[in-house]
Amino acid sequence: MATVVTNTLSTHAPPEAAARATRDPAWARWALITIALLFLGFFLVLPLVIVFAEAFSHGLAGYTSAFRDPDTLAAVRLTLLTAAIAVPANVVFGVAAAWAIAKFNFRGKSILTTLIDLPFAVSPVICGLMYVLVFGRQGWFGPWLIDHNIRIIFAVPGIVLATTFVTFPFVARELIPLMQAQGSDEECAALTLGASGWQTFWRVTVPNIRWGLLYGVILCNARAMGEFGAVSVVSGHIRGVTNTLPLHVEILYNEYNYSGAFAVASFLTILALATLILKSLFEWRHSSNRGAA
Amino acid sequence: MKGLHKSRSILPGFGLSLGFSVAYLGLIVLVPLSAAFLKVSGMTWHEFVSAVASPRVLAAYRISFGASLAAGVVNMVFGLIVAWVLVRYRFPGKKIIDSLVDLPFALPTAVAGIALTALYSRNGWIGRWLLPLGYEVAFTRLGVFVALTFIGLPFVVRTLQPVLIELEPEMEECAASLGANRWQTIIRVILPELAPALLTGFALAFARALGEYGSVVFISGNMPMRTEIVPVLIITKLEQFDYRGATAIAIVMLIASFLLLLLINLLQKWSRRFQAV
Repeated sequence: MATVVTNTLSTHAPPEAAARATRDPAWARWALITIALLFLGFFLVLPLVIVFAEAFSHGLAGYTSAFRDPDTLAAVRLTLLTAAIAVPANVVFGVAAAWAIAKFNFRGKSILTTLIDLPFAVSPVICGLMYVLVFGRQGWFGPWLIDHNIRIIFAVPGIVLATTFVTFPFVARELIPLMQAQGSDEECAALTLGASGWQTFWRVTVPNIRWGLLYGVILCNARAMGEFGAVSVVSGHIRGVTNTLPLHVEILYNEYNYSGAFAVASFLTILALATLILKSLFEWRHSSNRGAA
Repeated sequence: MKGLHKSRSILPGFGLSLGFSVAYLGLIVLVPLSAAFLKVSGMTWHEFVSAVASPRVLAAYRISFGASLAAGVVNMVFGLIVAWVLVRYRFPGKKIIDSLVDLPFALPTAVAGIALTALYSRNGWIGRWLLPLGYEVAFTRLGVFVALTFIGLPFVVRTLQPVLIELEPEMEECAASLGANRWQTIIRVILPELAPALLTGFALAFARALGEYGSVVFISGNMPMRTEIVPVLIITKLEQFDYRGATAIAIVMLIASFLLLLLINLLQKWSRRFQAV
């Protein structure tokens, strides 16, 4: 077999021979596709299907009743509020960090870039623990906070802070390579033509990075709404007060209200699927843009 | 320093953007992190060792590291197959499956946890078929492994895909024209080329699995010495107000994570050098 390939290739190889050299036999192709699909089917598709199957196990009425519960609605509100604070804060940080890192040279730049990735390496549980050590009753600012009657841990500010920590790198990570690839020629041109710094930023930089920014925001938002470990440590699990949606899923589940837990979980699953769809749309758009250029 | 940069770049906003980034990074990340290290520095060496090396903690390390390692290896093997299939072959539904690979990134871990528990419990869709074969997954170490495999699934696929796309077909043609059969080409030519990305993906999946909490806490049953992973143990200590013990274990895990982060950076440099050559 090998000698045949050698001969055909050496004498003006027809395209089929070249293709044969880089292609696997049909049986191997189908075997590998089957293995891949079975693996993904068991690990990705079945968990997705069972969320909806369990959510509707008591029919549509059982499903909707989970969302009429005032505690669920409070959890929805808290999750939205948390994301509404954490995501914009990380967007401002991401843009500022990317501007400094992509447009300027300074000492310590690679350290700063590594530090931005740090929250990805820290377990969410440890993130929660660190905030308890700073703001908790026995923490650094604990006594001062108690004197001034401010609650951070086991209250909403702690949840927002922990969420901000775990979603910290998403926007910056998207923007830094993008802005580095774009360089700063267009900004320099705008400045030379008399635009002010902010005008350059809003009219030149922001339109250039808008898709990357949106992509980062979507990933950041998905994590912010779904974070469990970090929030679990700092929340205190007070029903209707400091329960985010993922924590509410846990409470319902531990009370053996399975259909309720899966109903709330199905809502989060829909959010996750919407995230995946938007993400894919951006990626296809990006690759077709590159193909056209 | 600053004046020097101004002369090089006409762009404004260096001081503002760098100042804000560093201040924000310090407040959100570095201050809490140093709180953990300072808490531990107040302990004597003996206290520290007895906190991080008691039998229950050692058992938790074994379960966490062992299950993460096993899940990482499984993801390395199947991740390679999935990435290969997605890059090299055409089949219906490929784009949808490609998008679905990111599901573990997007799905809240608590949702993944209860879904996997429902699937693998004794009367679950998969669990009821495994039970007669003598395998019980939910509330055993196998359950920890299953959850960590789910969590780490996208890492190997996503690090391999760009490398596989960049792989030049000429190399395989060359190997074939020099007399290698397909199997030899894969083992001797393609796999060495993929090795840095494969290891990076493994390290990323391993690092993520070490810190994972939400998906494991439901399926593992959290029995001390048997199915209790380190993050669950940290939370248990916190709930008993043993802040020092919890922080000491957290520091051990943080150091492990930082070493992994360093390893991943080195691996990525290595794979970039490969691609440059």
